[in-house]
Amino acid sequence: MSILVDKNTRVICQGFTGKQGTFHSEQCIAYGTQVVGGVTPGRGGDQHLGRPVFDTVDDAVRATGANASMIYVPASYAADAILEAADAGVELVVCITEGIPVNDMVRVKAALVGTGVKLIGPNCPGVITPGECKIGIMPGFIHKPGCIGIVSRSGTLTYETVFQTTNNGLGQSTCVGIGGDPVRGLNFVEVLELFQNDPKTEGIIMVGEIGGSDEEAGAEFIKQHVTKPVVAYIAGVTAPPGKRMGHAGAVIAGGKGTAADKFRALEAAGVRTVKSPAELGAAMSEQLRGRR
Amino acid sequence: MNLHEYQSKQVFAAYGIPVPTGRVAATPEEAVAAAEALGGSLWVVKAQVHAGGRGKAGGVKLARDKAAVHAAAKAMLGTRLATIQTGPEGLPVDTVYVETGSAIEREIYLSLTLNREKSQIAMIGSAAGGMDIEEVAAHTPEKITTVNIHPAAGLQPHQCRRMAFALGFTGAQIGEFQKIAMALYRLVMDKDAALVEVNPLIVTKDGSLVALDAKINIDANAVFRQPELAKMRDTAQEDPMELKASEHDLNYVSLDGDIACMVNGAGLAMATMDLIKLHGGSPANFLDVGGGATAERVTAAFNLILSNPKVKAILVNIFGGIVRCDLIAEGVIIAVKNVGVKVPVVVRLEGTNAEKAREMLAASGLEVTAAADLTDAAQKAVAAAR
Repeated sequence: MSILVDKNTRVICQGFTGKQGTFHSEQCIAYGTQVVGGVTPGRGGDQHLGRPVFDTVDDAVRATGANASMIYVPASYAADAILEAADAGVELVVCITEGIPVNDMVRVKAALVGTGVKLIGPNCPGVITPGECKIGIMPGFIHKPGCIGIVSRSGTLTYETVFQTTNNGLGQSTCVGIGGDPVRGLNFVEVLELFQNDPKTEGIIMVGEIGGSDEEAGAEFIKQHVTKPVVAYIAGVTAPPGKRMGHAGAVIAGGKGTAADKFRALEAAGVRTVKSPAELGAAMSEQLRGRR
Repeated sequence: MNLHEYQSKQVFAAYGIPVPTGRVAATPEEAVAAAEALGGSLWVVKAQVHAGGRGKAGGVKLARDKAAVHAAAKAMLGTRLATIQTGPEGLPVDTVYVETGSAIEREIYLSLTLNREKSQIAMIGSAAGGMDIEEVAAHTPEKITTVNIHPAAGLQPHQCRRMAFALGFTGAQIGEFQKIAMALYRLVMDKDAALVEVNPLIVTKDGSLVALDAKINIDANAVFRQPELAKMRDTAQEDPMELKASEHDLNYVSLDGDIACMVNGAGLAMATMDLIKLHGGSPANFLDVGGGATAERVTAAFNLILSNPKVKAILVNIFGGIVRCDLIAEGVIIAVKNVGVKVPVVVRLEGTNAEKAREMLAASGLEVTAAADLTDAAQKAVAAAR
């Protein structure tokens, strides 16, 4: 078991024949992901990376039975691409694209309500179930099948966490990069719920950052519903207010969204927090030893 | 991207939102000419900087005659205005805005911005206008009214009425307010505004509503499709280091410390700053070199962080995912040789081809300290800066 993706997930790539789409589709295929085709409007009927290219997502889904899509189209077209995938009945949409205007994502988010479509991202590394399915830009080789669920707003901090849990032998059930934008698809709460209900996941590592109140919402959910051990780290203790720290969503605005607030909320929910990301793996091992 | 007050008011006027008449001026003489053209006997001279809190900092002056207009403009132009939002170094005052004075009955706060919890645009209003809204929110949140706007339906008349009543409007003011609110929402949608703030929206002595101040911030991700607004960018108001960084597609934020950081990924870059602090040091900057860190970009990044004279040590922290560490190491070696780095450099490389990268650094003969892991890197950088 795992969450969101496994060896049976059938993936198409939107923006398949572009530079990013080509490079990362190749990497995903090499990892063993079932990439069954791709979409580039006007290139329908072509072959690319040994897979069929379609004009529309609808065509691709009908022909291949795809149930997941990964999106690499440029920011100005990405909102449309997400909604095209949703319209075609794709269950899981993973949007890697960075820099999508906020107003576009506000519309996308509202349009997805009630469709049952799960959106991961945008501006995220993607999702991986080690040894089975990689959808996104993360380096596959640092992962190892195992028992830790990882959910994070940051790409490279996810890799750090993966690396530590691989080195200490725990491995990962599934890793979900939910992305660094202020308006996004799945949030901490939804992913925490999936991990809580996944029998293979024994512990959860949550990596947050400054801005917004999604970590606080996650903390509240943990307090109410999560029985598995959770270890958390929040980046941005030293970030000055009012400055956007790379990610569009990483900004302390109106005195809200500080790292201190988030640490406090998580600690109040019984989460084991660490002040250094270097301690995430070790802290998780400790938490699990106490249980096993 | 921030607009100046006078630019925001031009946009407001184009949307039919009432603003006082005004003219922009770059010299005291122009300011006097502006006052003459405006007529009347009361003017306000306002420093044009990308920051709030101007009034308390001396950046807003009332003038009852032309000599006073001249004096106020002369005192502001060519100086740097430091407000509670700018830090002690302040922002340059290159222009002033001369406006017809208004007879103020009361002041209201109104803004539209993203409500992250709802993923919707929210209209926020308070009868406690003219004040720092963050203070109001912190101490008397009951004085703030928020309505969330569904993107498919748009701002609804009933939402405008609810806000209007909460703000204490009566009679014709309710319709007037609805027109302003609807126009502001249209502006947010059309112009990709991340924030539109009217603080204060005033009720004049004769009972009509006027936007006395105007602040517009455009979503940085949407500037590409707002060419008219993009022309209004005033780079003199931006941090010169951050500006230079953006020319190289680097994400950079200046900080006060003495340990420069170069990191790939925003989250890891913040975490690296935190680690430096945790181990007793102080970061000089946030710098995300991004996923495609090439030798050119690493060189540009070195040049950038070394142009800060406070820097006593550099910490390079890269987790090579898709980016190969050996390519980063090559970039570091080229950059250190070409740029002539005079301060200690601590490098931590992990991930794809990390072993090869470490060998390259060791064989380079450069004074580069290799770090084994995150903690080791932070400790070595802090020690090097002492």
